[in-house]
Amino acid sequence: MNNKTALDNFRTDIARWLEECYPAVLRPLDVESGMQPEAVVPETIRNAERRWHRLRAEQGWLAPTWPREYGGAGLDRDQARVLAQELRRVGVRPPPISAGLSLLGPVLLQRGTPEQKLRHLPGIARDEVMWCQGYSEPGAGSDLASLTTRAVPDGDHFVVDGHKLWTSHADKAHWMFCLVRTDPEAPQHEGISFLLIDMKSPGISVAPIRLISGPSAFCQTFFDQVRVPKENLLGQLGEGWTIAKQLLQYERQALGSIGRGDLGRAQTLPELAKQELGSEGVRIADPVLRAQVAQCELDSLALRLTMNRSADEAGAGRGGDHIASMLKLYGSALTNRRHELMMTLLGADGLGWEGPGFSDAALRITRQWLRAKGNAIEGGTNEIQRNVIAKRILGLPE
Amino acid sequence: MTTATRSSALVPTEEQELLRRSVREFASARFDIAQLRAYRDGEASVEAPLCYSRAHWREMAELGWTGILFPEEYGGLGLGHAELGVVLEELGRRLLPQPLLSTVLLAGSAILRGGSEAQKQAVLPGICAGELVLALAFQEQGRFAPWQVAMRATRVADGYRLAGEKRFVLDGHDADQLLVLARTAGKPGARDGLTLFLLDPQTPGVECVRTSLLDVRNAARIRFADVKVSMSQVVGAVDRAALILDPVFDGAAAGLSAELVGVLSEAFERTLAYLKIRRQFGALIGSFQALKHRAADMFCERELAVSMTLAALRALDAGRADAPALASAAKARTSDVANLIGREAIQMFGGIGMTDEEEIGFFMKRARAAETTLGDGAYHRDRFATLNGF
Repeated sequence: MNNKTALDNFRTDIARWLEECYPAVLRPLDVESGMQPEAVVPETIRNAERRWHRLRAEQGWLAPTWPREYGGAGLDRDQARVLAQELRRVGVRPPPISAGLSLLGPVLLQRGTPEQKLRHLPGIARDEVMWCQGYSEPGAGSDLASLTTRAVPDGDHFVVDGHKLWTSHADKAHWMFCLVRTDPEAPQHEGISFLLIDMKSPGISVAPIRLISGPSAFCQTFFDQVRVPKENLLGQLGEGWTIAKQLLQYERQALGSIGRGDLGRAQTLPELAKQELGSEGVRIADPVLRAQVAQCELDSLALRLTMNRSADEAGAGRGGDHIASMLKLYGSALTNRRHELMMTLLGADGLGWEGPGFSDAALRITRQWLRAKGNAIEGGTNEIQRNVIAKRILGLPE
Repeated sequence: MTTATRSSALVPTEEQELLRRSVREFASARFDIAQLRAYRDGEASVEAPLCYSRAHWREMAELGWTGILFPEEYGGLGLGHAELGVVLEELGRRLLPQPLLSTVLLAGSAILRGGSEAQKQAVLPGICAGELVLALAFQEQGRFAPWQVAMRATRVADGYRLAGEKRFVLDGHDADQLLVLARTAGKPGARDGLTLFLLDPQTPGVECVRTSLLDVRNAARIRFADVKVSMSQVVGAVDRAALILDPVFDGAAAGLSAELVGVLSEAFERTLAYLKIRRQFGALIGSFQALKHRAADMFCERELAVSMTLAALRALDAGRADAPALASAAKARTSDVANLIGREAIQMFGGIGMTDEEEIGFFMKRARAAETTLGDGAYHRDRFATLNGF
């Protein structure tokens, strides 16, 4: 049996399985209704979604290319592509964003000891164990390598003291992957190590962070004499920075695609413009704002096509993952531009904070406009991304 | 399967990469910017008025490149816009002027789409053999507005009489045949009422003046003083030329986008190289963050322009419904980015960039000319919006 026949059979199997197992109540869901706020999604749909998510995780389809022993489905790249196509064809909703799955998992697979992989990967792949990221600190933002959270060896443990910032979902997470300083004497980048920390450990406390856009998933996390077993060190002592950089590329990939996710949601930009400005025939009535909408739409298309090209290049064995910095930079800047324009279109209707007098859609846009500012800051500011591009891709001198 | 792969994936095929290598070798062996300077200053006596080499045109024909778009029955290769785009991009990198846009993408494509069998036989094999150069005379005013045609074609007993003036006719003063757009009905601006005529530039009443453009290419101003043409010179249906020209302009806009990708890529790479050798204040200027960040932004813009252009060329080859919108998107984007990189390049080269001796200025000039040709960013953003229903 040649490869193509095998793939075709594989596709048929998946299609049959989906036909049987994908909950009927979710089927009519399209992109738009999928974006309805949680509160108005009927309970039955939410239950079905939860059930489906579980079922999908059990198949190993959250991490299709991971080995089966680690909770994946053990698929090769072609098979994974077929699976993604079939899931898209049925209109399956994407799984919730998981730091374990998209960030830590790939690094653990590559660098973890067999014990670490067996212990942590299956929980990530089945989405049973939630992870958060302990990178930034009050004094270490863009200059991440200046972090001062310390891990001091004490027998077969490290003792961790410090303060982490922007630890998303730290209030709910079971574990944190964390950058700590293990050698204060070593050169800045060489004294950092990568620790996996159980959030139930005594001495950890978590407080939520309120943003300019309102409540958020961000937290700050305090470590007071927290004891972490040495077996939870990922990689070698002092290798933390290398691992962190590798992981940041995965993060940029994930964040860069946010801009794309916004498209096709709810109301499109041209629709909003017509609603707010009126139309002449099908044209947006205001020619100046129409030109701005056109520019935004055109740039979104260019970004989407570049993501496709990047995927095609990877498929053809060309290109590299450094492209992530570019997608993150352009994607977050574009998301900001879109939201600025939406606020302009809304005029005073965009000034509402909460309560009556404003449509839910307008209130959502206002909050998203504020939140979008963070897209150009988190995961390495856009200025840092430009530095990365200049150095890694363009080879400009230090 | 092969066709599907070719039309959708946004990476060049192996064949296209081979083609790219041949064009690159050809272009660097045959041409450099010193020659462009010589054309401009009238030093190369034979070619100077032409601003391109007919010998190169014949060589390119022997290699099959002038016939890429045309079916094999007319001596062509029967390939697509993706392949022609590769040729144009590589010529663009070298600023090598050749009448591909005028002869193949504009006039030749219009005849392929709208011409009678006799008309196709009369010109297409000649183009594929490198013997003919054609020009499409449609534009009458500065900004691209294809249906703003005032030139009249008045019906007479045995044909038409053409009266009016055309400007910016690319490669017009030396063309072997002219394809002329004139109004048979309606008012300037109307899509309907336009008709194409194929005629010999030696026809009595045709007066052609060569004008020199800033990018060292030529474009003619052509006056038609009661020029008599026969019915057999009408190309396509009377009053319906817009239907022929819509897809022709899409293909030409995408092809010019491909050339612009070559121009802006080369300009960007030369600028980067300069940032790595030029020292001021005891440091390489490429180490200054003010310049690094602008270089990073230019890189992003370039990558997006490349993706858009590849997508437009493939959509045209696949005959997809979104091809016109993608062609406009590509032309808008490459025009804007070529301009951005052109002016940033001059700024980063500094004083030396202002001199005629440094070559970077030629790239900025070509970028500006190509931007304006067939519609600039503003024109194509407007069209993109219209095609997308807003």
